[in-house]
Amino acid sequence: MMLEVRNLGVWFGNRQVVAIDALDLDRGQVLGIVGETGSGKSMTAYAIAGLAPGMGARVEGSVKLNGRELIGLSDHQLRDIRGRQIAMIFQAPISSLNPVFRVGDMFLRALRLHGASKAEARERAGIAMRSVALSPDLLHRYPHQLSGGQAQRVAIAMAVALRAEVLIADEPTSALDVTVQAEILEVLQKLRAEESLAALFISHDLAVVAGICDTVAIMHDGEVVERGPVAQTLRHPKHPYTRELLAAVPHLGSPGASDA
Amino acid sequence: MLEVRDLVVRYGPVVAVDGVSLSVPPGPAGLGLVGESGSGKTTIGRTIVRLTVPTSGEVTLNGVGAFRARRSALKAYRKSVQIVFQDPDSTLDPKMRVGAAITEALRAHAIVDRAGSRGRVIELLTSVGLQPEHADRLPHQLSGGQRQRVAIARALAVEPRLLVLDEPTSALDVTVQARVLELIARLRDERSLAYLLISHNLAVVEQLCEQIAVLYLGQVVEQGNARRVLAHPAHPYTRALRAAVPELSEELPRPATRRAEPPDPAHPPSGCRFHPRCPIAIDRCRHERPTLREVGGRLAACHRAEESLADGSNPGP
Repeated sequence: MMLEVRNLGVWFGNRQVVAIDALDLDRGQVLGIVGETGSGKSMTAYAIAGLAPGMGARVEGSVKLNGRELIGLSDHQLRDIRGRQIAMIFQAPISSLNPVFRVGDMFLRALRLHGASKAEARERAGIAMRSVALSPDLLHRYPHQLSGGQAQRVAIAMAVALRAEVLIADEPTSALDVTVQAEILEVLQKLRAEESLAALFISHDLAVVAGICDTVAIMHDGEVVERGPVAQTLRHPKHPYTRELLAAVPHLGSPGASDA
Repeated sequence: MLEVRDLVVRYGPVVAVDGVSLSVPPGPAGLGLVGESGSGKTTIGRTIVRLTVPTSGEVTLNGVGAFRARRSALKAYRKSVQIVFQDPDSTLDPKMRVGAAITEALRAHAIVDRAGSRGRVIELLTSVGLQPEHADRLPHQLSGGQRQRVAIARALAVEPRLLVLDEPTSALDVTVQARVLELIARLRDERSLAYLLISHNLAVVEQLCEQIAVLYLGQVVEQGNARRVLAHPAHPYTRALRAAVPELSEELPRPATRRAEPPDPAHPPSGCRFHPRCPIAIDRCRHERPTLREVGGRLAACHRAEESLADGSNPGP
């Protein structure tokens, strides 16, 4: 197993916001973490990425990446892992990008920091841009000159260029229009197939999760109430909360549509 | 009842709304306005409640013009048309108790005196599914769904004929959204309310509106019965929107648009504005702007609408 989470607890003061017994993620797999506001899904992602302590949280338990324990590592060690092994993208893509640098310079800085030569960095940036279906010409732009969908693809391309093993995506398409969302999901799907990218996909949208994830964990009040293969879990939900969530999703073409 | 005629709203070089005509019949009725960022849907809603001044065109409610009425008629207009925003916190003063916030709306339109207001507040809270004791709460003591119910109660306080609902459930969790949608449907039927529902969520519009207008870059591209339009779109943009909605299945939606640079609203494409992203565009689409015309029982602005409808399953060129 590439990523193994065991007995993960996240605390703010004496309030526990995450209590997860186990989560597993294998190479080339996408694990969806679904829940509503306050379910702890984002904090779970931050804890796995090593970002929770910086937010004032206390993290307990074990997060192993390729057998190496991440909990308890120093900031310095974690930064190294976040650059190279774990990449994170956020709901607002622009927040992953530095507004004062051209996109290409961001790639160059990040790649050179991880030991690539200038020529090599240029080449890898171009390849990464093409892998997310963007023209390498966009490397000359500043983040504010990108649309939301382009910015999110640049953030994903950065993860590709750094050859991250795990992508943690926190509501990566929730702020985007649905036609743009479809494009981003297509890109993620392709990367998973071609690059064996593994991803934690945090979302409130069950339909998106159904399409892109292999396995799913449903969170409620900080705990995983149900988990399993995505098709089975969403088609035959066992936990009443999963059923409630599924029942609440409005469907197109459902018999309940307006006749008024 | 509400008529929007040839509405144009310009912000500097950007034409946010470019010649839109819509009508909402008297309640109980709902018109859904859908489209993506930059489509102009929010601007239309804001213009109807007079938060934005149109560059040209008309908005009338039962013949009273929103921007040309005399003072007394204008007062009646403002009372008749109310808006509910996506974020209830933008409507509610964080330091004002719920009861006081609703009373403020009642008194602004001189609907009740001080003595009569308490009873009316409780009646309104009950009608949106809240308890009388919520009147004494501050907004932060309520959940997001409860705050949106308060915003709805406050809009209803002046007994409007038309509600503009601008993404009313988009900031809410899905279980909360389901209950607020039920509330809107119930209010429509009980109060014979008409509403304009602005939403990016096609399923929400289908559930709550019998009519739909699909906007792209400030123009209506398709308009008609919501079920018909969504089940059998005549415009390739409606089809792309429809196809991009993920369903609870293992199949991901396939992008049904051609990938192109997102359109720049300050320099909209020539001809049909959708042509750079359209999978079935022909040469004519680049030069000639399609007019909104009747095709297959709805209005559509596409040169190839007939072919799209005839070949519903496979919109190839």
